[in-house]
Amino acid sequence: MNIKQEEQGAIVLLQVKEERLDAHNADELKQTLNNLFGAGKSGVVVDLKEVRFIDSSGLGALVSGFKNASARQADLKLSGLQSQVKSMFELTRLHRVFEIYTTMDDALASF
Amino acid sequence: MKNELEIQIKVPNQTCYLSLIGRIGEDLALQLQGFSGDREALANQLNVVLTEAMVNAIRHANAGDPDKQVDIRITISDNELVLQVFDQGQGFDLNSIPDPGFDEEELLETGGRGIYIIRTLMDSVNYRRVPGGNVLEMRKRL
Repeated sequence: MNIKQEEQGAIVLLQVKEERLDAHNADELKQTLNNLFGAGKSGVVVDLKEVRFIDSSGLGALVSGFKNASARQADLKLSGLQSQVKSMFELTRLHRVFEIYTTMDDALASF
Repeated sequence: MKNELEIQIKVPNQTCYLSLIGRIGEDLALQLQGFSGDREALANQLNVVLTEAMVNAIRHANAGDPDKQVDIRITISDNELVLQVFDQGQGFDLNSIPDPGFDEEELLETGGRGIYIIRTLMDSVNYRRVPGGNVLEMRKRL
């Protein structure tokens, strides 16, 4: 899975460089998030600007990261949801769980 | 000639084929003749439903066995679209799978959304035994 990772001060920005976040690649994102929070990172932004499609496994990986963050008093925030991805968050009500920003700059500025 | 289309695809029991099958569902929706609804929405729905049904077959019904395969059949007629995903596993009771709850704690479950998504996006869903395995059949009126 192609994920671009960069540190912006204390916050880690993960840009998912894939058209799909599905059962085929979601475990890699889950593992990346768990490693970051396990290493003590206090904030992570996952930017989904390039993701055109997400399935329940992709959503599950993000929920797993969110739970991991919450358990460590850290934050996981999202940005750049395309309309089809956003509709999956709404269908599953997960838009009520995550802080979702239009751009990664907005998400970074919220910390 | 009756305006009916049927596509049948067999793929190995591997998640690397999800995008291929999802894309076929999308392309079908975008090219559907005589459909006056929201094509982009239908395209995404078919992509999602086929992906979820395949993952169910690959990971749960076929238990990740690389020697098994998944058989997908898509039939489109004037007023209905039927997706059938055949597995070669032991099967499960579709009715025993509850919809996920939406309170604060339930929203943080990491799994259990696949069948709910299929049920929500399609008009009817059933799962039954067939020779050699089972079929998850999903219907949508057009």
